[in-house]
Amino acid sequence: MGSRASTLLRDEEIEEIKKETGFSHSQITRLYSRFTSLDKGENGTLREDQVNFRGFMRTLAHFRPIEDNEKSKDQNGPEPLNSRSNKLHFAFRLYDLDKDDKISRDELLQVLRMMVGVNISDEQLGSIADRTIQEADQDGDSAISFTEFVKVLEKVDVEQKMSIRFLH
Amino acid sequence: MFFLLPLSCQRGSRKPRERLASGAELPATMEGLLLIAAQVMSVWFTLAFTLIVLPSVFGLSLGISEFYMRILVKTLEWATIRIQKGVKKKQAMALKNSASSGIIQRDETTMEKEIAGLRRVDFELSDVFYFSKKGIEAIVEDEVTQRFSSEELVSWNLLTRTNVNFQYISLRLTVVWVLGVVVRYCLLLPLRAALAAIGIVSMIVGTTLVGKLPNSRFKDWLSELVHLTCSRILVRALSGTITYHNKENRPQKGGICVANHTSPIDVLILTNDGCYAMVGQAHGGLMGLIQRSTVKACPHVWFDRSEMKDRHLVLKRLKEHVADQNKLPILIFPEGTCINNTSVMMFKKGSFEIGGTIYPVAIKYDPQFGDAFWNSSKYDIVSYLLRIMTSWAIVCNVWYMPPMIREEGEDAVQFANRVKSAIAHRGGLTELPWDGGLKRAKVKDTFKEEQQKNYSKMIVGNGPTGNLSMGAESD
Repeated sequence: MGSRASTLLRDEEIEEIKKETGFSHSQITRLYSRFTSLDKGENGTLREDQVNFRGFMRTLAHFRPIEDNEKSKDQNGPEPLNSRSNKLHFAFRLYDLDKDDKISRDELLQVLRMMVGVNISDEQLGSIADRTIQEADQDGDSAISFTEFVKVLEKVDVEQKMSIRFLH
Repeated sequence: MFFLLPLSCQRGSRKPRERLASGAELPATMEGLLLIAAQVMSVWFTLAFTLIVLPSVFGLSLGISEFYMRILVKTLEWATIRIQKGVKKKQAMALKNSASSGIIQRDETTMEKEIAGLRRVDFELSDVFYFSKKGIEAIVEDEVTQRFSSEELVSWNLLTRTNVNFQYISLRLTVVWVLGVVVRYCLLLPLRAALAAIGIVSMIVGTTLVGKLPNSRFKDWLSELVHLTCSRILVRALSGTITYHNKENRPQKGGICVANHTSPIDVLILTNDGCYAMVGQAHGGLMGLIQRSTVKACPHVWFDRSEMKDRHLVLKRLKEHVADQNKLPILIFPEGTCINNTSVMMFKKGSFEIGGTIYPVAIKYDPQFGDAFWNSSKYDIVSYLLRIMTSWAIVCNVWYMPPMIREEGEDAVQFANRVKSAIAHRGGLTELPWDGGLKRAKVKDTFKEEQQKNYSKMIVGNGPTGNLSMGAESD
């Protein structure tokens, strides 16, 4: 008569996910039920991109709010997934489509096009992209590297903008 | 004709003997067993007939169901108390939270506030945070997909299927649970299956016979009697305990009855108390047989698949039916699909274009005794019926609401929303503007395009797309 949602998820796995992501036991089981209900094909992955549950949890972990007690402990361990730096890295990867650690003009245009649909012309979008790169680019390679990205966003409250309050 | 049943069982048992004479290899003990089985069956059916079928004809109750329900309620209360004592305080809080609240607390700031805020209109690299956050929020929890799966219970009701969050508590509870399994599968299930069989057979046979009569007031009265009796038998086959409120608002002839949809059982719940003309698609198989025989006795409206696609044809036929004040009220479920009884989704405007008086009805099931929701993507109809017949009971409340008509200057969509609000309010269900069709179909692109348009306005300022003063720079 155990908890049915976690019968497919072993306790050791839950512990591993807990250590990696920082979610609590109950949060992990609830998110697992959600994952299984979204996984219509019942093959352990979501959609064509083949995200498995670990990948799903890793992505969600980026959106956990930064807690004060986490900042101080575990300085010699790996950085938690929801640190400011990792959140920024996640956002950077949203733009960097070919994963070459640089946001090129084309990539920026593609992402902008996704966000505005058909409502803005190519020329206008192009000028927006050019301006953005111009403002961010410091080493003159007409692309935005991760350090340049961080510099542009240094005044932005990343923790607040990229955090979701998970209930227990 | 029910008296014939016990006799026919005995007659049938003679056939094996004849087969023996013709040289088949049935041992003598088989024949003896068959005889005994036939006797048991006839006793069983006679009991069922006198205790259940006969009272159904007159709409009486012998009080057996009430007695059963009282025992059931006491048992479940005891189980709840034991679980609460057994589970530690902290776990109990977690249980309560997980069942009632969601996984996340949504951030309700709008796009305008989050992105535009106090800055001048322009694109910023940080805009992507808003979209990714909203996207992840929707992936983790949205208000629509959770309506297509059964409601989680606050306290376990001793059914294996609802045992999601509850762990082993005590030996006594386990014993009661095992007892429950035995009672449900070995005692209740055969009884209910037998009743359902009687109900369906009598429905088909009864309506066919009534259909042979010439059209007259007597035929209508008889047809109503047959329909009511069979509905009552079928409701008892599910151990249904229904409380009807405000019976004075019951749908009248020439009207349209609309209700929220949770399962195919809804039809039985309503026809248990009144007669309606059904509307629906013609099926094959057993369902088709029932449809064909009932339409002879009473003017139900069954459409072929090809006719269903022609909206004007459907509308025309329904308008004609409603215009005839002697015809029974039609029963329509405007949501178009089964929702899990925690909320009411978009009412399709088609039913509200017919005209006539709308009689809204709110149906709310009590999930503690049995989950009535049909999750058609998870269970087919047979497994669903099996689950229903092995639940404790189906308990629900039905509220008949005062009739509503379309007001001046109100179009069908607004009228539909007004009726939907009234039903949701009465039944204690939440109201959602989303289409129940999202159960199977994807969200329309127009929703995404609207968001894109909003965002575009924010980064280039108000005005037509493309040719703006900013665009002139690039030229």
